[in-house]
Amino acid sequence: MIEAVVQYFPQLLQGFVVTLTVAVGSFAFGLLLAVFLAPTAVYGPAPVRKIIAGYVGLIRGLPELLVIFLIFYGGTVFLTGLFGTYVEVNALTAGIAALTVVSAAYLTEILRGALLGVSSGQWEAALALGFRRPRAFRLIVLPQMMVNALPGLGNQWLVILKESALVSIVGLEELMRKSLVAAGATHQPLAFYLTAAALYVLVTGVSTLAINAYSRRLTTHLR
Amino acid sequence: MSLDLFLPAFIAIKNGFVLTLVITLMSFVLGQVAALPIALALASPSKGLRYPASAYTFVVRGSPLLVQLFIVYYGLGQLDAVRESMLWPILRSPIYCAILTIGLNSAAYTAEVLTGAIHQVPKGQWEAAKALGLSRFILLIKIVLPQVYRAVLPNIGNELILVMKGSTLASAVTVMEMTGAARIFVARTYAPFETFLMAGAIYLLIGAFFGRLFKGLEARFAIPSR
Repeated sequence: MIEAVVQYFPQLLQGFVVTLTVAVGSFAFGLLLAVFLAPTAVYGPAPVRKIIAGYVGLIRGLPELLVIFLIFYGGTVFLTGLFGTYVEVNALTAGIAALTVVSAAYLTEILRGALLGVSSGQWEAALALGFRRPRAFRLIVLPQMMVNALPGLGNQWLVILKESALVSIVGLEELMRKSLVAAGATHQPLAFYLTAAALYVLVTGVSTLAINAYSRRLTTHLR
Repeated sequence: MSLDLFLPAFIAIKNGFVLTLVITLMSFVLGQVAALPIALALASPSKGLRYPASAYTFVVRGSPLLVQLFIVYYGLGQLDAVRESMLWPILRSPIYCAILTIGLNSAAYTAEVLTGAIHQVPKGQWEAAKALGLSRFILLIKIVLPQVYRAVLPNIGNELILVMKGSTLASAVTVMEMTGAARIFVARTYAPFETFLMAGAIYLLIGAFFGRLFKGLEARFAIPSR
């Protein structure tokens, strides 16, 4: 059992790197979108607010696997229709795109809550001191929003990391897929899936420690 | 996108609907039942109970549900001891494996929520119950757990929806529930939008129904905003 895992370990590590790429990529893109969507969801005009709320509600109600299938298979059909010739969507791009759509919704909701947690006195003080609204937001409100959002963001990172395993179902060669292939080739499924699980637990464990340490550092002023 | 395909897509997905509901409800019940002993172990003063329980929730919450499903369905069958045991008829069936895995996964998350709520019960309640001479069992059943469950009712409603979303993974171990049925229909007709949007609409409806159900339960049982 052990020899088989040792033999395939370089393969698993390659997959592990892809897993981290997908997770980091979709978390980063999702956060980037959410940083724009969350303030719009709070301060924007009513119709835009409704659209964002609809998007967030929709994604939160749909199974992640279904969203991945929709973007993966739908993306191919859509792009093929758009360009008139068959376009194969690269699995890595499709995976990151699908998980970005999912994570952006959850991150928007987290940041929206965090933004509402910044007291309105902060805005008023900043405006009274002569800051213009965009600058007041960037320098005064945004940093406090991010501190409020930290526990939620940490949680969402763990969720995205685990959800990245779903992309293996549409064929991306990440950790799960590599384990599946190795398990099939060696007839040792238990060893490979346990190894994969251990690698995921390793990342989530280390992430949890790092998040806790970082949030302790960021919130020293609150204690 | 063509409207003609919505009806055949609906008929194809409909076959998976019952399986989705069965997997969701059975996993949810299993998860809730298994969560309570784990939560009591997590909240227990005894290290011998607390450490194994927290190791369980750490590992289950730290790895993807898909890996857990593959370990249970593909992995355990590799062991002779499992194949010769009484559990084999259960572990051989992909549906039972999916229910078992999703249920035990949900149990870990629910246990953490319950533990949080157990710690929230004011110390005075425990002391008063002890002063009245109630046994530990009665104290749990009559004093602590009613408060815990009333406090976590919204979280349990969320968990039901998460379990419903998790039930889609059963399609990865050959169970043709709604998502699996939808995917097969897409492979045949190459109409991803019609099919997955139809499946998505049904999931949203089920989710809305569950949400409504728990709103009703909350209105009746939840502790008014603490």
